[in-house]
Amino acid sequence: MHLMGIWIPILSIVTYIPLAGALAVVFFVPKERTGAIQAISTVIVLVDFVVSLPLWFLFERGREGYQFVEKLSWIPSLGVDYHFDGISLLLILLTTLIGIIAVACSYTAISTRQKEYYVLLLLLQTFMIGTFCSLDLFLFYVFWEVMLVPMYFLIGVWGSDRRLYAAIKFFLYTLAGSVLMLLGIIALYFYNTTGFHSYKGLGQPPTFSIEKLTAVAAGMPAELQIWLFFAFFFGFAIKVPMFPFHTWLPDAHTEAPTAGSVILAAILLKMGTYGFVRFSLPMFPDAINTGWVLAVVITLSIVGIVYGAMVTLVQKDMKRLIAYSSVSHLGFVMLGVFALNMAGLQGGILQMVNHGISTGALFLLVGMIYERRHTRMISEYGGLARQMPIYATYFLIMALSSMGLPILNGFIGEFTILQGAFAKNFWWAFSAATGIVLGAAYLLWLYQRVFFGEITNPANATLPDLTAREQLTLVPLVVLALWIGLYPKPMFDVLRVPSEKIVAAVGGRTLPSPALARKPAPERDPSLAVEASRP
Amino acid sequence: MTVALWIVPALPLAGFLLCLLLGTRLGKGFVSAAGVGSIGIATLAAWSRLLPYFRDGGGAVVERIAPWITAGNFSVDVSFRLDPLSALMVSFVTFVGFLIHLYSVGYMKHDETDAGYARYFAYMNLFMFSMLTLVLANNFVLMFVGWEGVGLCSYLLIGYYYEREYAAAAGRKAFVVNRIGDFGFLLGMFGVFSLFGTLDFGDVFSRAAANPGRFAPGLTVVCLLLFLGAMGKSAQVPLHVWLPDAMAGPTPVSALIHAATMVTAGVYMVTRCNALFRLAPEAMAVVAVIGGVTAIFAAVIALAQNDIKKVLAYSTVSQLGYMFLACGVGAYVAGMFHVLTHAFFKACLFLGSGAVIHALGGEQDMRRMGGLAPKLPVTYRTFLVATLALAGIPPLAGFFSKDAILTGVFAANRPILFAVGLFTAGLTAFYMFRLVSLTFSGRFRGSAEVGAHVHEAPTTMTLPLVVLAFLSAVGGFLGLPEVFGESANRVAAFLAPVFPPIFLPGHEVARHAVSPAKEWILMGVSVTVAAAGLLLAWDWYAKKAGRPAERLAASFPRLYALIADKFRIDELYDVLFVRPFSWLARVLWKVVDVLVIDGFLNAGAFVVELVGDALRFLQTGNVRNYALTFLLGIVALLLIVLAG
Repeated sequence: MHLMGIWIPILSIVTYIPLAGALAVVFFVPKERTGAIQAISTVIVLVDFVVSLPLWFLFERGREGYQFVEKLSWIPSLGVDYHFDGISLLLILLTTLIGIIAVACSYTAISTRQKEYYVLLLLLQTFMIGTFCSLDLFLFYVFWEVMLVPMYFLIGVWGSDRRLYAAIKFFLYTLAGSVLMLLGIIALYFYNTTGFHSYKGLGQPPTFSIEKLTAVAAGMPAELQIWLFFAFFFGFAIKVPMFPFHTWLPDAHTEAPTAGSVILAAILLKMGTYGFVRFSLPMFPDAINTGWVLAVVITLSIVGIVYGAMVTLVQKDMKRLIAYSSVSHLGFVMLGVFALNMAGLQGGILQMVNHGISTGALFLLVGMIYERRHTRMISEYGGLARQMPIYATYFLIMALSSMGLPILNGFIGEFTILQGAFAKNFWWAFSAATGIVLGAAYLLWLYQRVFFGEITNPANATLPDLTAREQLTLVPLVVLALWIGLYPKPMFDVLRVPSEKIVAAVGGRTLPSPALARKPAPERDPSLAVEASRP
Repeated sequence: MTVALWIVPALPLAGFLLCLLLGTRLGKGFVSAAGVGSIGIATLAAWSRLLPYFRDGGGAVVERIAPWITAGNFSVDVSFRLDPLSALMVSFVTFVGFLIHLYSVGYMKHDETDAGYARYFAYMNLFMFSMLTLVLANNFVLMFVGWEGVGLCSYLLIGYYYEREYAAAAGRKAFVVNRIGDFGFLLGMFGVFSLFGTLDFGDVFSRAAANPGRFAPGLTVVCLLLFLGAMGKSAQVPLHVWLPDAMAGPTPVSALIHAATMVTAGVYMVTRCNALFRLAPEAMAVVAVIGGVTAIFAAVIALAQNDIKKVLAYSTVSQLGYMFLACGVGAYVAGMFHVLTHAFFKACLFLGSGAVIHALGGEQDMRRMGGLAPKLPVTYRTFLVATLALAGIPPLAGFFSKDAILTGVFAANRPILFAVGLFTAGLTAFYMFRLVSLTFSGRFRGSAEVGAHVHEAPTTMTLPLVVLAFLSAVGGFLGLPEVFGESANRVAAFLAPVFPPIFLPGHEVARHAVSPAKEWILMGVSVTVAAAGLLLAWDWYAKKAGRPAERLAASFPRLYALIADKFRIDELYDVLFVRPFSWLARVLWKVVDVLVIDGFLNAGAFVVELVGDALRFLQTGNVRNYALTFLLGIVALLLIVLAG
């Protein structure tokens, strides 16, 4: 971007501010000075957020193509540059915001090895933003992979009882998926250049440019696209996580420290769905439009919604309960994305942000009570509404947001996703909508057991309500939830052009299909499209 | 100067924010002023629009505020609509709402802390905001916003005494059962969009009316889905189970939300969508049958309840069934008319029961009441008027609206449903007079200590009773039957524009022409049935102190227990759905997740470990090293590839 005639690499600045902060802490602050470490970290994430804000205002809503592009050579034969568009815009801003909250909720929660802790948090932020910015597949993969390392330590060192098991499970699970994705990337690379196995290459100059490789991939034979789609699929699906690759999630979430859970829920889970939107959809349209491939993805999404919600219903541990609810919510996102129409895709992307806000806030809230009572078991609580009314209010608002109540953010996302799904297939929407019933059931059941009834456990009778600092970490999330719920138009404006491009690339129809016609309509029947478009 | 429509819901919203944010700090005086005042001003604002509208009649007025959701070809505005149907609803929602807020001041003042009092009025104001949004919405999505909002407030107010376990559970049950309805509403809404390409009420209904043959095939499913939503909100069988439990909330809440306004939202929605339902005769038939079944089913249960609020709750379910019965046979005007009159007399009854409960220090069991008439004269008289109105005794309001429904069912040539409706009218009169007799006549059966403290309610509580009783008495004259002249039914004339002429080929409904003579006969029959039920109850419970009923119950002990236990529907659902479902959920968690998926993974890990043991010399046991090696490996690999 240009400011007063000077070119400023704003994306790099946003990406590397936390890294610079981390290095500063490592080299210049002795580990005994925890106050200074906290202060520096806080300043760094605040500055990072402020610096990232101009992106929101400078982003040109109506313009097609990449924005804020930076390009510099890394390895001569590789084009390494940063890329940016609407989908990433929202996720980058979410990341810088959550970064502040993650630091702010750690002051009292983390009492050992503070220096390492904050350094890792800052590093993680750089890696996450880098992942969202990369326009180069190689660079993307480096950020994607290296992100695991700080998260691994955050869980493994500062987690609770079973932290090692959870950390290793998280690491190996995601690594396994990434390896397959790497194979996919390498195959794509060779398809562009020399060819491999029985496939004749295109003989073009080597590149990892996402823009070029997307065009190359979209031109591949359908059968090869399917192979590559699934290579990427495992990488992304594990990260999402989709059923049945989700079992790392409850362990990782439950054992991670509060900030770790918040970041996991708000940002890391979005890497998978982001990958689908950024790579799978535009790269492999023929694979996705292959009936059985789409059926597999949609089925797993819907199973995820229902299965996740059912398992959530019977959890006894608050954090594990919210963790399982993510499986259900991310199923909604996947359904929207793979509805392959505008409503579904925009709703799906918006729901990524919404889930970050709502579930992030819920983990934050659970962390607050955990700090007071050092237990996550629901049965240990009850009657908190009397003792902690402010806490109960925040929790209720975020629970309602999570279950998709109108005028809060979750409704907008779920509604547009279901609308998109319905336009594609009545039964998709029908099956997925059962999730909204279950969502209300598990959240209200949790709420009732924790907040209602009499205080039976004497340990809860003297709990202090939220402090000003704790409220400060929650307020931005509540404001965002209300903003998106009341006036989502700015979000949709940001998403419109990039989504149109992706929908056009994947060949989805944006017209509503006559899903209620008596006989099931065959897919992609042009006569039906005409019929449905008639007013 | 005309008041913009959005002002009407915005005022209660402002009241909500004031009570929520400042209420606890500024105390009860402030909360009363803000909470009741906001509704008072909203009522005045609404009526300043309504009076000219009632006088001049007129078409739909649409006031668009802002675009809301736009995704692809899908777009929804925030816009409000004043037409005869919403005008009718707003007229009584604001007014009855105001009376109940006023009553609440007297009812809630003594028991509650400042914080509790503020919370109560905050939720009540939020409810009024949501209800008015629901009613005034100009499209399905905004209506759904209000729809969910009233559901939320219902949840919060049922669970108002959240420290009582059953109140908290009742609130959750209400919300979850309503969500089953919402599931239908949502899908129905998407169906409407996919058929019509818009969710704007005006456009949808005019397109449906303009081209019935084209849309009719898809509309049966859509209407059934929408009706599922209405069943949840309006507590129709089999989704009725939440409403009786909802009585755990404070009594004014029961009057406002669970009798006069929110629960009729389903009827309002179906009537609003009449242009769609009339194109789906199968769906209409389902509406009529569900309504009829609910009416009689709930009335039977009401016969054997001893909790005064439970009787009224089942009575509400039953009356809502009547309303749907009317909609289902195409007598939408009669259904809406009953919504109106029911709001008057049922609100009056609930508030009256509240005055009784208040006087008895929280007692709700009618077996420990009796003989209260002389001690609570105002409550007794107003309660009696409202009871007679509900029982359908002319010339009180309920008589005219119920007669309109029965005439409508008769005219639609549905003899079984007509018989059900007629029989239910008798049951209604019976259980209501059982209630009045047990509560007000005979001698007091409670403890002497309670009896000594019985006192009439303060003016803030009795004034709403008197006003509502008056309306229950005269409200019926708004909708006189046709025998009193062509334009005697002013409600029908006013609502006429809401029902566009629609002709669906091949579905001409055979209608009896109801001659004036037949109409007089029908009226005579319904009055006779009501009077019979009334007198029988009077004889059994007031004169013979309930002995004949006890004898009857004793001769059919199992049947009586079944009815008294509400046909054990909750228990049935527990066995059919709740338990298998939670069993399945546990299996999914413990077996699929932990045993199968993780077991598979752990087995894999174990094999790797065995191999690893064999290759121990390569293993440092340090994941950092693995990660580093891994990364270096990738870089090296790629560099080699690229260099070569």
